[in-house]
Amino acid sequence: MADNITISTQNLVKRFKTRRGGVTAVNGINLQVRRGETFGLIGPDGAGKTTTTRVILGLLKRTAGESSILGYDSMRDTYAIRERVGYIAQQFALPGDMTVMENIRFFARVQGVSRVKERQLVPELLEFAGLTRFTKRLAGHLSGGMKKKLALVCSLIHEPQVVMLDEPTLGVDPVSRREFWNLLGNLRAERGLTIFVCTPYMDEAERCNQIGLIYKGEIIACGTPQAVKKMVPGRLIEFSPSNFERAVSLVAGLEGVLEVQTYGMMLHLFVDDAARRQREIETALAAQGISCEGMREIPPRMEESFISLVRRQEEKARQR
Amino acid sequence: MALIKKETIQLLRDRSTLAIILVLPLVELFLFAYAVDMTVDHIPTAVANMSLDARSQTFIDALETSGYFDVEMYVEDEARIIQAIDEGEVRAGVVIPPNFAARVERGNAQVLVLLDGSDSFTVQSGYSAAVAVAQSQSMKLMVEQVAQKGGSLDSLPIDSSVNILYNASMDDMLFIVPGLAAMLLQFTAVNLTAMSIVRERELGTIEQLLITPIRPMELMVGKMVPNIIISSVGLLSIVLVGIFWFGVPFQGDPWLFGWLTLLFTVSGLGLGLLTSTITQTQRQAQQITMLLMLLSMLLTGFIYPRAPMPAFVKAVSDLIPLTYFIRIVRAIFTKGVGLTFIWRDVVILAIYGAVVMVISAVTFKKRLD
Repeated sequence: MADNITISTQNLVKRFKTRRGGVTAVNGINLQVRRGETFGLIGPDGAGKTTTTRVILGLLKRTAGESSILGYDSMRDTYAIRERVGYIAQQFALPGDMTVMENIRFFARVQGVSRVKERQLVPELLEFAGLTRFTKRLAGHLSGGMKKKLALVCSLIHEPQVVMLDEPTLGVDPVSRREFWNLLGNLRAERGLTIFVCTPYMDEAERCNQIGLIYKGEIIACGTPQAVKKMVPGRLIEFSPSNFERAVSLVAGLEGVLEVQTYGMMLHLFVDDAARRQREIETALAAQGISCEGMREIPPRMEESFISLVRRQEEKARQR
Repeated sequence: MALIKKETIQLLRDRSTLAIILVLPLVELFLFAYAVDMTVDHIPTAVANMSLDARSQTFIDALETSGYFDVEMYVEDEARIIQAIDEGEVRAGVVIPPNFAARVERGNAQVLVLLDGSDSFTVQSGYSAAVAVAQSQSMKLMVEQVAQKGGSLDSLPIDSSVNILYNASMDDMLFIVPGLAAMLLQFTAVNLTAMSIVRERELGTIEQLLITPIRPMELMVGKMVPNIIISSVGLLSIVLVGIFWFGVPFQGDPWLFGWLTLLFTVSGLGLGLLTSTITQTQRQAQQITMLLMLLSMLLTGFIYPRAPMPAFVKAVSDLIPLTYFIRIVRAIFTKGVGLTFIWRDVVILAIYGAVVMVISAVTFKKRLD
């Protein structure tokens, strides 16, 4: 294995036993995360993000395949991993009846951080996370965003080489979300940390160097955000028709229209030739008495690409 | 160490729970002391005296002076007594047949005592009291008769002299305090441990603990140490109140008592750990500890003697550590005996504690699934 691979999985499978047979939550995932990368595992709820993370960390037993962090096997070298990796669970999992400071001290002790190191690191991390004023507050009384920041501080106290964050911005307001991502950016720049983050938010994908789109336990696309967006063929045009329902059924049958997505009161169409089809669509809809407002070509965002890739995946599954 | 500190902080911060843990045992002690009286006396009684002679009146007086029976009403016949018991007016009845005095002379007098069987304690006390009164009455008569026939009888042929050891006044408190202390100690130990682990699982905080290099053994010890201290404080408060408020004498060696209590607490904590591995929610854990509490009250000899229990029930009670500890506590507390007399129970308790700890250490989950 190459030296600079930090997190790696080969055909990772996790099956849960339920009363009615089993559920395959992770179905043969292959991932390679290089050192210093910010890797985003992007997917909808229930896609298998949390399960993948937990298996890689050794919190859950894998059913098949291989997984390792920093060359340590997830199952066999669990404790070696735990000494070198920071983790923030999806839900707030710090003792809420302890203060911010007590929490940080507790995790420092448990991780075997020396007192000297602790004295130097704690004020630094508090400052970095903007929690300096709140050290005496009970963790359970913090706001959603601050809880996540506290969790980040606690997961960084032993100076890990890798941090894994499971939906760190869940239930956090947009301003705090931005702040949190800026913190992550600084971490990567200042400390060369490898960051593995799970998120359902497509806009957060654009902040990662590498992403993997996960859907129903499988990786359906992998690469840089730009590369993933380019996987969807065609150009994207956007407009708002005067009669939404009729326009949707009309455009779907038109020549050169590859895919139709709705976006609020707007239609997003993937077409083979933006300039040519734009005119044709306008004419076709006008013939039916439907006017189009603000028709223009836009660069596809992660959201459109993801929906398109998921549809493709569904079709492939149906054909099988 | 960090874990012990964390648990202590959390335990101390949850003031209301802490108060309940420490105050409730004392409340229970006072309840048991003043509300639960296992010897029933002053049983409300109806009397149907069909003789109305001096002899029968003497007998009724004897029943009343025994303190066990309070004659509440005089009625005509047995049927009326049964009716009164049915209606709950009285709990016992005495029927004295006609010509009581004459029958006594002939030596075949019979008195019918009716007891309300729906309360087994009333039956027990009433029965033994009635028999005792009847016997002492006939003894007196015999002495009288012998005297009338010209003989003399300074003493009865057989006089039973019962000497109750250790608890001469048959004070219930002497019986209850050590047992209650032991039972509440077991309850706190099991409950606290099971709850604190299951709560972590319910809140999801266990995930963040499992991801640290903490070993399961450390986690277990971290949970146990503060709980040992809390349970010991609870125990100490009961014992002290028992000694100084209720005047229950402590006969044995306090150090021996302390060490064995620690041993017992460890087995209780182990049981708590075990409970936490088989339950998912605090509610489930609560149910299990309640069941254990109930079984402990009924089966371990805390209130009811174990001797007459069927083999199966005894086998169940053998699985509860309190069964052994209650014997140890009573032995040290009330009898003041040393290790030589109780070593068997001590050894069993030690083995029990070790086995429970090993099982729970093995089954303690290092992962989430």
